[in-house]
Amino acid sequence: MKPEDLLYRESHEWAAIEEEGGSKIATIGISAFAVEQLTDITYLALPQIGKQVAAGEEIGELESVKAIASIYSPVTGEVIAVNETLPEKLELLNDDAYNDGWVAKIRVTDDSSLSGLLDYAAYTKQCQEG
Amino acid sequence: MADALKQTALHDWHAANGGRLVDFAGWKMPIQYTTITAEHLAARKAAALFDVSHMGRFRFEGPGAGAFLDTLLTRRVTDMKAGQIRYSLVCNEQGNILDDVLVYRVDDPAGLDYFALVVNASNRSKIAAWIQQHHDPAYDYTMADQTEATAMIAVQGPLALDIAQSVVVADLLAMPYYHGQITEIGERQGLASRTGYTGEDGCELVVPSEYAVELWEHLLREGESEGVLPAGLGARDTLRLEAAMPLYGHELSEEINPYQAGLKFAVNLKDRKFVGRDALAQIRTAGNQPQRVGIELVGRRAPREGYVVYLGDEEVGYVTSGVFSPTLEKAIGMAYVAEFASQLGTELSVDIRGQRALARVVAMPFYQRPAN
Repeated sequence: MKPEDLLYRESHEWAAIEEEGGSKIATIGISAFAVEQLTDITYLALPQIGKQVAAGEEIGELESVKAIASIYSPVTGEVIAVNETLPEKLELLNDDAYNDGWVAKIRVTDDSSLSGLLDYAAYTKQCQEG
Repeated sequence: MADALKQTALHDWHAANGGRLVDFAGWKMPIQYTTITAEHLAARKAAALFDVSHMGRFRFEGPGAGAFLDTLLTRRVTDMKAGQIRYSLVCNEQGNILDDVLVYRVDDPAGLDYFALVVNASNRSKIAAWIQQHHDPAYDYTMADQTEATAMIAVQGPLALDIAQSVVVADLLAMPYYHGQITEIGERQGLASRTGYTGEDGCELVVPSEYAVELWEHLLREGESEGVLPAGLGARDTLRLEAAMPLYGHELSEEINPYQAGLKFAVNLKDRKFVGRDALAQIRTAGNQPQRVGIELVGRRAPREGYVVYLGDEEVGYVTSGVFSPTLEKAIGMAYVAEFASQLGTELSVDIRGQRALARVVAMPFYQRPAN
């Protein structure tokens, strides 16, 4: 996936939205910008499969050598898959945050939860303004 | 903040070379240039350069300088030989720690013997005021704050001495650990010492501020092909934590006495009066005090400052520092725990944001450099 095609939460999660069998599936992850800011990620806690989550709800956790960060859901829906290999291969976040470094797939149950997300241009602007 | 942040002589170099600058103890200092882990491992495997110019440097001259310092420090300085350096503490009347310091007895080739005190950046004005407050005209000495006129660069790691030797005239290998001397550094006169705060071998160089950038760049060039990196405060903290060296504001404070902190070696009660001595004589034999311990955790989540430590369901202490150790690849930390929970091997748990992680009291330091 290309960063230009994704949607972003202000708190640095990305979402790729695809139609599948009549519903929207959001693949979510952490932006390369956030990965670079955190550096040295040492721990990641995945969300639970089957969990109903609201946009903005904390669904996971990241730790770097110096900092702790929460992962927030960009959308409202049900967690249907998680990237089981990621906690053991955290380097995937550095190497390929938008593909192999995905965190979870969420079946969107409320389309309106997508409306608060930023496009690439708006997100990039936010990052540049710090 | 009302006061402008102070900048070291290397500030512009840090800013121009990717240093991520943060406010630290009133100074604008680099936390990292690349990643904390990369800089940390450079110090363990090759060498790392640290700008430690923010640390306070006081110089005491005059025939009464040593005797005066003897009234304030927990170890005697008047019995030190020229060239010797000693770790010591400044305590208040209650025997609690105001700062931990290094005392240098310097043999100046110009014929003047003097003492130097290196204090924590965060405590510089507090200790300067403490010294002023305890000034006694019976002792003939003068004190000068040389922090801003000089720069201090720490070179740490297995290759540190080789690299520094390329510019230092004094024989660093022949200089014993915790010794230092005035010597030519480049074309200047400076102070070279076998000290550091990383658990590695190495040295620290104090030079006139205007020479700092040239020296730094020389050291970096000299070590570049061997993997030497400039390192920020982030790596300095993870390195000292693996070496289990206490840090003021974390393991040391005005709430903590030297015996709790495991710094009994830095207190000498014999033969002399000093501020806090009487209190320390009593505390020394008092039982049942929280103790500084090292803990190792199960799992990758690190204990962080302030997290509560349990023995069974009983709250027994709190974490003062913790990290996922880049060298050992384990979550480690230091904590103060009740004496009954402080024995090696004790199984504890740490509340990590609502979840209990198993922890065990382990020997410190967590990391020790391989013997040569």
